[in-house]
Amino acid sequence: MSAVLETRGVTRSFGPIEVLHGVDFSLVPGEVHALIGENGAGKSTMMKILGGYLAPSGGTVLLDGEPVTFPDQRAAEDAGILMIHQEFNLALQLTVEENIFLGREKRRGPFLDRRAMQDEARKLLRRLDCHVDPGTRVRDLSVPNRQMVEIARALGRNARVLIMDEPTAVLTGRETDVLLKQIERLKAQGAAILYTSHKLDEVARIADRVTVLRDGAHIVTRAAEGFTEHAMAEAMVGRELSGLFPARPVPGDEVVLEVEGLTVPGHVRDASFKLRRGEVLGFAGLVGAGRTELMEGIVGLRPATGTVRVNGVPIRPGSVLSARQAGLVYLTEDRKEKGLLLGKNLTENLTLLALDRFGRIAIDKRAEDRALTGAIREFDIRAKDRRMPAGSLSGGNQQKLLLAKTMLAEPRIVIIDEPTRGIDIGTKQQIYEFIAALAAEGKSVIVVSSELPEIIGLSARVVVMGRGHIAGELTGAQITEDAILRRAMGVGEMAGADA
Amino acid sequence: MTDTTATTGHRKGRRISLHVLGPVLALIALVILGASLNSNFLSYGNVTNVLARSAFIGIIAVGMTFVITAGGIDLSVGSMAAFVAGVMIMAMNAMIPTLGVGVSLVMAGMAVALVTGFSAGLINGFLISKVGIEAFIVTLGSMGIYRSLTTWLADGGTLSLNFDARSFYRPVYYDGLFGIAWPIIVFALVAILGELAMRKTPFGRHCAALGANEQVAKYSAVKVDRVRMATYVLLGMLVGVATIMYVPRLGSASGSTGVLWELEAIAAVIIGGTVLKGGFGRVWGTVVGVLILSLIDNILNLASIVSPYLNGAIQGVIVILAVVLQREGKSAD
Repeated sequence: MSAVLETRGVTRSFGPIEVLHGVDFSLVPGEVHALIGENGAGKSTMMKILGGYLAPSGGTVLLDGEPVTFPDQRAAEDAGILMIHQEFNLALQLTVEENIFLGREKRRGPFLDRRAMQDEARKLLRRLDCHVDPGTRVRDLSVPNRQMVEIARALGRNARVLIMDEPTAVLTGRETDVLLKQIERLKAQGAAILYTSHKLDEVARIADRVTVLRDGAHIVTRAAEGFTEHAMAEAMVGRELSGLFPARPVPGDEVVLEVEGLTVPGHVRDASFKLRRGEVLGFAGLVGAGRTELMEGIVGLRPATGTVRVNGVPIRPGSVLSARQAGLVYLTEDRKEKGLLLGKNLTENLTLLALDRFGRIAIDKRAEDRALTGAIREFDIRAKDRRMPAGSLSGGNQQKLLLAKTMLAEPRIVIIDEPTRGIDIGTKQQIYEFIAALAAEGKSVIVVSSELPEIIGLSARVVVMGRGHIAGELTGAQITEDAILRRAMGVGEMAGADA
Repeated sequence: MTDTTATTGHRKGRRISLHVLGPVLALIALVILGASLNSNFLSYGNVTNVLARSAFIGIIAVGMTFVITAGGIDLSVGSMAAFVAGVMIMAMNAMIPTLGVGVSLVMAGMAVALVTGFSAGLINGFLISKVGIEAFIVTLGSMGIYRSLTTWLADGGTLSLNFDARSFYRPVYYDGLFGIAWPIIVFALVAILGELAMRKTPFGRHCAALGANEQVAKYSAVKVDRVRMATYVLLGMLVGVATIMYVPRLGSASGSTGVLWELEAIAAVIIGGTVLKGGFGRVWGTVVGVLILSLIDNILNLASIVSPYLNGAIQGVIVILAVVLQREGKSAD
């Protein structure tokens, strides 16, 4: 079958730097074509070119075999090409229905036909197994539900080509299943789907063809059948990969952090746990179990009751600064909204948390510069220009910058929330090694993650949370996916308490 | 442009030309225009006059730069200046019997002005950062309150400083050091300290972080409430300083003192390249902005080509133009 959307020798430059070097790519109706590569490999640029957000600097884009240029994203949308963004493109103050029909509202005479739109919105959402009311404001929805609304919006536009930028990054396993089923259905209806994900198991499950990009160049396009996850990862990284997880360091006996009866109103009740020196403690649970809220309560970002002791000394509640001074820091899961100032340069981001270490009265800019040099070396931050804004870094490099920023405060206890969300396998491995190295140095790490392999691969001990309280604790050989999930969902909680 | 240093140098150069040079070029153009229209323009008398008169707005605008950089706004500074002036005059008049007319009276008056400005800023800051009301609303309210309080204090008329005290205090506006008028010296000092604070201190960095993304600032252990409050308190104090320089000029205050100062100050900040929605600010740009605004006024008064009544219209065009140019600069970057 001939391609509906195709690129031939497409290049793209930003200023003097070329980030795509002549990429050939095609999408055939009724296929799922996965585009994979490390962060900075050029996936996003490629998707933006196909979706009409960016014009190529060279080469051609063909629609139904005819060369085409989209003056803007709207023109691409009119041609039936829709892109679902990783960062949502939803108006938070509007309702679900208003978002789904934004820009193509149904009318009856001069007025909006609310009822018809509500009905159709409900139908679209039901197809996705998502049971939110179309009258809800998007700002009141959870992140996975927002993702579903975004997808419903694309479905409602009868897309011929659907470009999905990591649609499952924020979804739970069950939600992912629903989404993948929908993708199968769209495919059967003849839509061409471009799919990106860092989760290679998903790619293997859903894709018909796989294209690998590395450093802006096309590496290979082949049938997904027989392309193992390991082979995909190696094609992305361009070298052989050994084991993903480093050896687990052995924790000491000394308790460095003691949380007792911590309650974060509305999210967490009565959570108690201990963290030892040199330990990597995993926090598992379903989305919405209260893990992030508990951590934010511990470091003083949310109002909480209960006690938090660092090395036996209680820290002042509600003060991020006093937690930091006690050597306790939290690295947020939301690096774009809460972690980094995307419009500011690398230095200002790097030193913000530990700014008092660069002079009380006047900031020592030379020391800051040295700190950046050190951070770039130590954390392997790949920046084209030291003065570039943090928002122009790729996701993996942003995460490394965030890590560097956190470590600059010289913490003894680090809480890392979703350490590898939305980053590629090569960077993941680096971050895992880094976490293990921290523990080996005698620092203590809490890893909050929704990726079970990550929790299992890194932690010496795992605390499982479910519906706002601590549902169980597992150590050593007890740590299995099955055991974690059973506790997270409230099955066998008693057994967990016995163990 | 093969090696990276050359590339970055090139990039930086372009950014300077669009963002930084814009207001400076406009200022130079105005100076050349003024000088070619009227031979008196560059005379000592005229330059002193322009600079001294822009000092009030300038001192306030420096404080406003911090407020706006931190993502806030203060509409109350004009009425606050009137109120501070009123309170200062009444306090000085009341203290004459005990202190007599002399240095101690003037010092006491200055202290009253600073304390009043500090308190007014503290109230604004408290309501905005601790009670969590939007800055626009709080300061819109306090703008009305201070204006009305001043009219009430003056009983609908004018509050005048005692004649002897006025004569004694007058030199603070009209005299100077080495031929430079005091208001200019104070303005320059405030501007230099402000520039240093913005660029070199953790406070300035925290203001920009707060304005760029409050969440990130909070998660980075910045005391968000305290920094925000500090910007309003600083602005209030600077309103006090501006009033100290303003009162000796006329020796009186009324309900119409300082009308539209807030808008002039905000306009100067924006012309200078500070981003209205916060996250980036530069004090020296604000100083350039203030000078641009006062030069337009001055040139219209000196040259009779365009009616001085159109002053406001021209200033308005300049503000809009400045923002448009800065936006183009951004997208070209």
